[in-house]
Amino acid sequence: MRLALTPAVEAAVTVDLASSSLRELNAALHKLAPDTTEAYWKIANPAGRHALAAGLDAPVTVEIDGPVGYYCAGMNKQARVIVNGNAGVGVGENMMSGFIHVKGDASQSAGATGNGGLLVIDGNASARCGISMKGIDIVVKGSVGHLSAFMGQAGTLTVLGDAGEALGDSLYEAKLFVRGSVAGLGADCVEKEMREEHKALLAAKLEAAGLLGAVDIGEFRRYGSARTLYHFHVDNVSNY
Amino acid sequence: MCGIVGLFLKNPKLEPELGAMLAQMLDVMCDRGPDSAGFAVYGSGTPGLVKLTLRGPAGTDFAKIGTAIGHPVMPRDTHAVLSVSASEEAGVRAALARIAPEVRVVGTGSRMELYKEVGLPADVARRFGLEGMSGTHAIGHTRMATESAVTTDGAHPFSTGPDQCLVHNGSLSNHAGVRRQLAREGVRVNTENDSEVAAAYLTYRIAQGDTLGEALTHSLDDLDGFYTFVVGTESGFGVLRDPIACKPAVMAETDDYVAFGSEYRALAGLPGISSARLFEPEPAKVYFWDRAA
Amino acid sequence: MTDMTNTPRTKPRLSATFDEYTLSEIRRAAATGIYDIRGAGAKRKLPHFDDLLFLGASMSRYPLEGYREKCSTEVLLGTRFAKKPIALKIPITIAGMSFGSLSANAKEALGRGASAMGTSTTTGDGGMTNEERGHSQTLVYQYLPSRYGMNPDDLKRADAIEVVVGQGAKPGGGGMLLGQKITERVAKMRTLPVGIDQRSACRHPDWTGPDDLEIKIEELREITDWEKPIYVKVGAARPYYDTALAVKSGADVVVVDGMQGGTAATQEVFIENVGIPTIAAVHQAVKALQDLGMHRKVQLIVSGGIRNGADVAKALALGADAVAIGTAALVALGDNDPRYQADYEALGTTAGAYDDWHEGRDPAGITTQDPELMKRLDPVAAGRRLANYLAVLTLECQTIARACGKSHVHNLEPEDLAALTIEAAAMANVPLAGTDWIPGRNGRF
Repeated sequence: MRLALTPAVEAAVTVDLASSSLRELNAALHKLAPDTTEAYWKIANPAGRHALAAGLDAPVTVEIDGPVGYYCAGMNKQARVIVNGNAGVGVGENMMSGFIHVKGDASQSAGATGNGGLLVIDGNASARCGISMKGIDIVVKGSVGHLSAFMGQAGTLTVLGDAGEALGDSLYEAKLFVRGSVAGLGADCVEKEMREEHKALLAAKLEAAGLLGAVDIGEFRRYGSARTLYHFHVDNVSNY
Repeated sequence: MCGIVGLFLKNPKLEPELGAMLAQMLDVMCDRGPDSAGFAVYGSGTPGLVKLTLRGPAGTDFAKIGTAIGHPVMPRDTHAVLSVSASEEAGVRAALARIAPEVRVVGTGSRMELYKEVGLPADVARRFGLEGMSGTHAIGHTRMATESAVTTDGAHPFSTGPDQCLVHNGSLSNHAGVRRQLAREGVRVNTENDSEVAAAYLTYRIAQGDTLGEALTHSLDDLDGFYTFVVGTESGFGVLRDPIACKPAVMAETDDYVAFGSEYRALAGLPGISSARLFEPEPAKVYFWDRAA
Repeated sequence: MTDMTNTPRTKPRLSATFDEYTLSEIRRAAATGIYDIRGAGAKRKLPHFDDLLFLGASMSRYPLEGYREKCSTEVLLGTRFAKKPIALKIPITIAGMSFGSLSANAKEALGRGASAMGTSTTTGDGGMTNEERGHSQTLVYQYLPSRYGMNPDDLKRADAIEVVVGQGAKPGGGGMLLGQKITERVAKMRTLPVGIDQRSACRHPDWTGPDDLEIKIEELREITDWEKPIYVKVGAARPYYDTALAVKSGADVVVVDGMQGGTAATQEVFIENVGIPTIAAVHQAVKALQDLGMHRKVQLIVSGGIRNGADVAKALALGADAVAIGTAALVALGDNDPRYQADYEALGTTAGAYDDWHEGRDPAGITTQDPELMKRLDPVAAGRRLANYLAVLTLECQTIARACGKSHVHNLEPEDLAALTIEAAAMANVPLAGTDWIPGRNGRF
């Protein structure tokens, strides 16, 4: 598996955002060719800056030492982005592929509208984690806030901790796995049977996040769409 | 639509640094609110005396006003602070209205001083010398005006009661109705600003006997729309986000302080931030830090 | 007993309040329990560009000679921050309409017609198709709350990005696409199950309010290396504030869509009752730009009920830099064409009134995903019709501009206008014809 490969850290390109600008960094990252030898970037002093490493499209690793602001690694393709700190609003928003690893907490709308790739959050994710997700896999080791996976269309959200209010509200076909408690399910989100195929799917996501064996799959419960809102109907009027 | 910062010190040794810490936080939030800025600092107070924060047009000769009303004033740019005993307050206010009708009392309290002005937040902080101020806690605001005018009156914080002030990020959707209800109860809201309505609402509830915590809890029922409030009182500060919680909020707590920022960037320069406990306030949950507690 | 046969009878009288349309809607609602959903824009009578007139030149001002003396029409959009602003030959653009709500042939025809005249087309909810990109010389990529089909590759191959906050038919509401039109291709593009009724969000999933929009715009600029103009589109409700906030958030271009602006599918109650008319919106938006010193620096595109060159000229005179057309462009392609009258009647409607665009049974093959119906629209011929129509709009606009003595259509001013009604005078902030009276002039806007 490619994500397991770690390029030589000693060959890292180091960028200190205390002295160089975000624009210079992102421009340099956007210019990287698929076969670049500059495959490992270490970013110092992010200080909560926004749009860090957004719009990448190359199989490189960007490791950011410290907390990042909004939309870190937004729309990521191929790249592996590691945040040694907390992430602001919309980390990995609309991600297409690749791997984002937040080692602290993530703010609201983590992985929003993501189409693919894997987003792992070691800490907690705040409200609207995985909102309108379209195929991304999200694994949160802590808990997620209210309205997570709101209108989730495809992909998986795996939560090792608890989920807040209105989990999976107006859910389409995204699959939700929660190990802890769920404060409340949103409209059209129901608990579903955890069959073998779902256990296998969950195991695959946990494995990708390096957690296979670390947690008991039997402790997870599965949530999905009841599909009663798929067609407008008068009897569902209270749910619109 | 704005940026909010707040700082509550637990370690008295940091008190001389309060203004410098807040100024740096405010500076980073310029982008979120380039129109105007303001802050309230809870500094030292003298038992029995009330501090009045005055605001006048540019060029107001506060020293002359002080002489005329027989009380020394501490001018800071367009603002000045005046300390009077509680029994003298009404007389001084009347004298002010007579001698300098263009000067307004924008805040009162035993410890609160309140400064706000139109302009880039970093410049506003500099003009008032925020960096040199000391105190136990402070809140600040940078404003991107939504519907009400870009004026000093429209700048935050809003103070509608002694030692009480409020800053707000968001947009209330029923402030006109709440304003009318408050008017029926005899509470006057001076500006068109939705945030002042929120401040006046809390002051009204407190006057009805609510604690600040109870007043904030009631606001969840009565105020509609999107909001993150940070509220200052004589002894502490509170935080509340609406139940949908769209507007950002991040907090940091260490043994030395509790800090609030609309974004992490505002907190990034605080001492010991890398080991602070960082968290986002939950929606519809009242948070409060109090010196008395 | 009285003989009633010769007694005069009162003529049956229909209520003006409970008119025939209202009665039919009450019956329909009672039978189905679901609000009426339809396409197109507001159908009620509203103060509009028709209520404004131009003051042509005579003695106090001199007109330009038609055809011989030049009257320029080109417009540059996105000059504030974008490294690559958009240059259009005419100040008339094609508004955002989604693949999904429109057939692939209709999207292709829009691209062909617009490109032939040197102007831009715009994607819609549901993403960008290759046909559309291929046939549009200049393509604006909409960035919507649903983010259906949104991806960074299309973002990079677009010529501009339009952050959609709202649209005139439904300020504050989200999009809709009903099951009949969620075919396999549409479903795949939107990552939705085939045939379901799509629900779209009304707010963006990762930002709310101008302070956070500023950060979102920064992200979009970073991803596209600051090359593309960034538009912000709002439905006209509080255009003074919304325009000012779009500018403060960093927009290059503001798009204001009045309540006559169309939609693919929205609740009728929304279309007819939310928002303000286009002529009221332009003035407020321009005032906001002027108050910020950004008029002509941040460009303004106005849409909602633009039908002819006079409408274009009036919007420009009120201060817009360009207009966008949607409904009119569809009509030019062949929407509601009387030659399909029998088909319209079979659907229980008539040519000119057909607005059940969400049902996907459009006889003209435009608002449909049905392969058989779609074939009815020849994209080459329809594209040609659109180009012809755009040419007429441009010529008409130039005719009026020349008559007012302008060598560029952007030199039209509000002072070239007079209003026919007090309502229009107050809304558009121009004097009532024959007077210097502007009702409400002392108001804040």
